[in-house]
Amino acid sequence: MRNVTYVRALNEAIAEEMERDDDVFLIGEDIADCGGVFGVTAGMLRRFGRRRVWQTPISEAAFTGLAVGAAMAGLRPVCEIMYVDFATTCMDQILNQAAKLRYMSGGQLTVPLVIRTQQGGGTCEAAQHSQNFEAIFAHVPGLKVAMPATPHDAKGLLKAAIRDDNPVIFLEHKLLYETKGEIPREEYVIPLGEADIKREGDQLTLVATSRMVLHALEAADRVAGEVSVEVIDPRTIVPFDLDTVAASVEKTGRLLIVQEAWQSGGFGSEIIRRIVDRCFDSLKAPPRVHGSEDVPMPFSPSLEARVLPNPDSIASAIREIVA
Amino acid sequence: MDIDRDEARAMLRTMHTIRRFELKAQHLFEEGLARGEFLGALHSYEGQEAVAVGVCAHLRPEDAVLSSHRGHGHAIAKGADIRAMMAELLGKVTGISGGHGGSMHMFDPAVGLLGGNGIVGGGTPLALGPAFAAQYRGNDRVTACFFGEGAAAQGVFHESMNLASLWQLPVIYVCENNLWAATTPVNDAWPVEDLAPRAESFGMPGMTVDGNDVLAVYATAAEAVDRARSGGGPTLIEAKTYRHRPHCMVIPEHRDESELEEWQGRDPIPRFESYLVREGLMTDVEIADLLTEVEAELEEAAQFARQSELPAPDTFADHLWA
Repeated sequence: MRNVTYVRALNEAIAEEMERDDDVFLIGEDIADCGGVFGVTAGMLRRFGRRRVWQTPISEAAFTGLAVGAAMAGLRPVCEIMYVDFATTCMDQILNQAAKLRYMSGGQLTVPLVIRTQQGGGTCEAAQHSQNFEAIFAHVPGLKVAMPATPHDAKGLLKAAIRDDNPVIFLEHKLLYETKGEIPREEYVIPLGEADIKREGDQLTLVATSRMVLHALEAADRVAGEVSVEVIDPRTIVPFDLDTVAASVEKTGRLLIVQEAWQSGGFGSEIIRRIVDRCFDSLKAPPRVHGSEDVPMPFSPSLEARVLPNPDSIASAIREIVA
Repeated sequence: MDIDRDEARAMLRTMHTIRRFELKAQHLFEEGLARGEFLGALHSYEGQEAVAVGVCAHLRPEDAVLSSHRGHGHAIAKGADIRAMMAELLGKVTGISGGHGGSMHMFDPAVGLLGGNGIVGGGTPLALGPAFAAQYRGNDRVTACFFGEGAAAQGVFHESMNLASLWQLPVIYVCENNLWAATTPVNDAWPVEDLAPRAESFGMPGMTVDGNDVLAVYATAAEAVDRARSGGGPTLIEAKTYRHRPHCMVIPEHRDESELEEWQGRDPIPRFESYLVREGLMTDVEIADLLTEVEAELEEAAQFARQSELPAPDTFADHLWA
């Protein structure tokens, strides 16, 4: 095993897939000479040249549309949208076009596209640079949605996403890029749609996504003497590994979802719907979602910290459910 | 521009096929209404045939076309099967998109038809993709993107021209200015008369052409397609034309009758026929025979559509994932 950062893991995944398949190319803002504002594509220009690395004007609708069209024509674009907030300027290309082209064409077209972007708060970047939009993408049939929490998962899932023949929205988190973790020395791919049990327990099932996985594990540590918490990271929310979560809930009887997205209308509520459908009788307590407060992200550090879930607030939620 | 006799005949035939297809489609729609079935939107291309035919005459099957909501003409001109298209209009399993698309979403990648689009201007950035792929792979395929003057008010159209010119992509943007975006006249949407100067501001050639003169479109498109194919980058063509029907089947006619009559006097089909007879390329009898053949093909296509089966309801989830 090797200890690498999340950003390094993503970088390796891209380089390996570009090496493996000449149809893979990169497109996005500031991705060439500077290697992306978060450094995910660092070194790609030097290694693969201008033919494979396309730095664009600030023109998300056009370059995302180009990526969708290039995928229709058989290439495998990896398109970077610098902040998920900016994806609002190319939602037609993502939601109306990429997600639907295969279906509308009666299966004649294939759209092997990856849209990489990063989301989340915690950096005092305020309301238009801190959002979490996974529920929007997951709501629209035809898009796969990945949101890795660790370097290991980031690398394995990105390789799977690039090889997938469907459009995949790949949601990184700006505060995970510098986190470190172990990855195998040899090549590996993590199939989309397989949850990972990050910590075993038998009294409460805690499903967390993206950066909240780290907070959830910390909270589980804090309450370890009182409650045995099983922490599950679905890793992709489309497809969603309901079997793994349901099996856990059948064991623990209690369910808490922790998401950085807003409390209301998020994917956490959807997980609860599916669990209620599948194993209502196993529930010993009402399942809960713990997300961010329902406000645009405030700028001030004191306000931002209050709005986001944190290990303390998660620990409180755990105690309330088992009380 | 000189035109080969066989090519001229083929173009006239395609124009008639489009015209007759639209008439038949309208008939099928009305048959549906009489049965109490409402078969979605239907945007007639009648009157604009010279644009699709004049441009697509220069395209090969492996060249791509991105079309619009008013796309039957582009599909036929690119070589799509009229039986499958007609079946698609009725939502049949034999339809060109298996009944998943309908009038606005006809796809046939085998002939380079990468689809209509229900979003006005939606095809303009997508068209960059196959053009980019051709450049990436080093082949000489080109992409044509058709859209109306309504789409020319969309931001993404301008972003797309910028990227097309910046990267010298082999794409031909064809604006069919039929003067009306649904019920809004172009003079309420554009502060200028012509679109072509906008292309110049992106550093690419812009050309204006009489969209009811198939030979003029043919000549203009020849230049644009040659430029794209030889690595000379994109072109914007504005074809001035007129649709003979209301925006779609469910919006009543709102335009002045005199305007419609004036444009019907410039109908591209009789204009082209007069030219062909005058130049000795076709006789009146040959034209009449051609029309009879086209009519028989369309009737056969309509029968095929009527007699085809609807998709089994439980197949609704087919084709969502690759």
